Amino acid sequence: MLDTSGAEWPVIKTAGFDGFLISFGAELSEPANRAALAFRDAIARANWDSVQETSTSLVSTYLRFDPLAQDHAKLQAALERLLVEHDWFAAPLPDGRKLWRVPTVFGTEMAPQLDEAAQAAGLSVAQAIHSISNTRVRVQTIGFAPGMPYLGALPEAWNIPRQTALTDKTPAGGLCVAIRQLVLFPVATPTGWRHIGQTAFSLFRPETEAPFVLRAGDEVFFEPTTAEALAEMQSDLNGGATYEAIP
Amino acid sequence: MSNQLKVLRAGPSMTVQDQGRAGYLAFGLSRSGAVDLLALHEGAALLGQSPTLAAIEMGGMGGTFTVTQDTRIALTGAPMKASIDGSTVLWNASYLLPQGAKLVIGAAHAGTYGYLHVGGGIAAAPVLGARSTHLAAGIGATLKEGDALDIAADPLELVGQAIDPDPRFDGGLLRILPSLQTASFAPSEIARFENTAFQRDTRGNRMGVRIVPDGAGFETQAGLSVLSEVIVSGDVQVTGDGTPFVLLAECQTTGGYPRIGSVLPMDLPRAAQARAGATLRFQFITLPEAVALERKEAARRKALRGTLRALIRDPHDIADLLSYQLISGMTAGDDLERAEP
Repeated sequence: MLDTSGAEWPVIKTAGFDGFLISFGAELSEPANRAALAFRDAIARANWDSVQETSTSLVSTYLRFDPLAQDHAKLQAALERLLVEHDWFAAPLPDGRKLWRVPTVFGTEMAPQLDEAAQAAGLSVAQAIHSISNTRVRVQTIGFAPGMPYLGALPEAWNIPRQTALTDKTPAGGLCVAIRQLVLFPVATPTGWRHIGQTAFSLFRPETEAPFVLRAGDEVFFEPTTAEALAEMQSDLNGGATYEAIP
Repeated sequence: MSNQLKVLRAGPSMTVQDQGRAGYLAFGLSRSGAVDLLALHEGAALLGQSPTLAAIEMGGMGGTFTVTQDTRIALTGAPMKASIDGSTVLWNASYLLPQGAKLVIGAAHAGTYGYLHVGGGIAAAPVLGARSTHLAAGIGATLKEGDALDIAADPLELVGQAIDPDPRFDGGLLRILPSLQTASFAPSEIARFENTAFQRDTRGNRMGVRIVPDGAGFETQAGLSVLSEVIVSGDVQVTGDGTPFVLLAECQTTGGYPRIGSVLPMDLPRAAQARAGATLRFQFITLPEAVALERKEAARRKALRGTLRALIRDPHDIADLLSYQLISGMTAGDDLERAEP
């Protein structure tokens, strides 16, 4: 493994056979998140022949390339040169962001782990719902499943670990929590995160012109609603969610 | 009217697969595609066509098929019991499937994923640039009885060929590269990982296969609070109880469980094909070693068409010699030469 680690960020590592990961921090922070997004744009603009794909995760930029066309050392050197060109941590958030309001049923049999998650966070169930629904969270990255946002940051009380065992299946639209973040599932999936809310928001629409709904940088309020009200929103792809532009 | 492949009976996990849709990692969509990509290359060599064409992937068990026009077929990957109108056909070979004849594909007798290729390729409508079903993402679905899939036009020029598959159906050694969290495992844990025999668990699908160590699970200081980070096919993810999963074509695109390493792409078919109970072992290699191995494998895959041989027909395998005469009548006897680029 090539590794330029040390106390200094960013750090370049190889990821598997044909990937590089450029990480801007050990922990999630807004500057590191912005740096990852901006550095991905810079790699895309550099338009290097061997690079086949780029993406971001929470605090990292990933690129996949063809190691049979260019060797790892040369690409790493090019990445190092690009890294010193700017203060990536000071980069602005992307343009064209939206603020979404997403109707959510907290707890009940639709989201059976709210009690457990509240307890782990040291909150009553009512406090937990109040805390989550009053936090304006930002899409830090899209990943895991198609169109799936990681959202944060929640208040410090929500710095709770994932479960040690996987839940076999959390339904599409499920809102889950761990380590001061929320995830919202576009499809039914196994997960180690605790299922605390249920929405009818369709995040991945492969048959439409715009298959992916949320973008990194968008912001979201999860607003409490009832199971009855949510049932009526099921026929709407947005599940009752509305948005406004963030100026 | 265009040619169609009709599904008369479907095994439980048959899907249309090509090499997958790359380029959507940033949107959380993994590539999907055949879990045994080598099988696509072998099928393409047998039919003298592009390895980018879509085929049918059959997990554990095949199905019964018929075609509306004469169609060339090839069978690769996990060997399965197969017959055309009652006459046994060999795996890793190409045949003419006459219009209306019944192709019956049964259970795999080694490995997990078998492939049915058709001349011209399966012409299902592409979604986001590829024909691959991605079950976890809800793109496409498992095939079921009554499905009819369009087949692209085909010159019907080459059949009756056989290929010797690269053996990969009974577990074995997986070469592995360091990955994002390899360094968070103590050197003693890495050494123990390399010295451990793993059994492929019964839990496994196109997303990944669980592998159970013959001793304790593997621990890292990173624990359960690692930031979610990009995942690629081949990553070996260690879940909370210390049990590794080898992630495959339909895996998630990010994850928070530590990755102890990443399987060399050319060894991934061996991981995917191992059936429950098969023994797998791991050996770390360096990036330069990996590049050299992959370069050699890319050249070998490209030259597969030159390794074809005319199908040798063993009378003991053949219930109905007459149908074989019919099929051999389709070849001019110079297929090997014509298969060369």
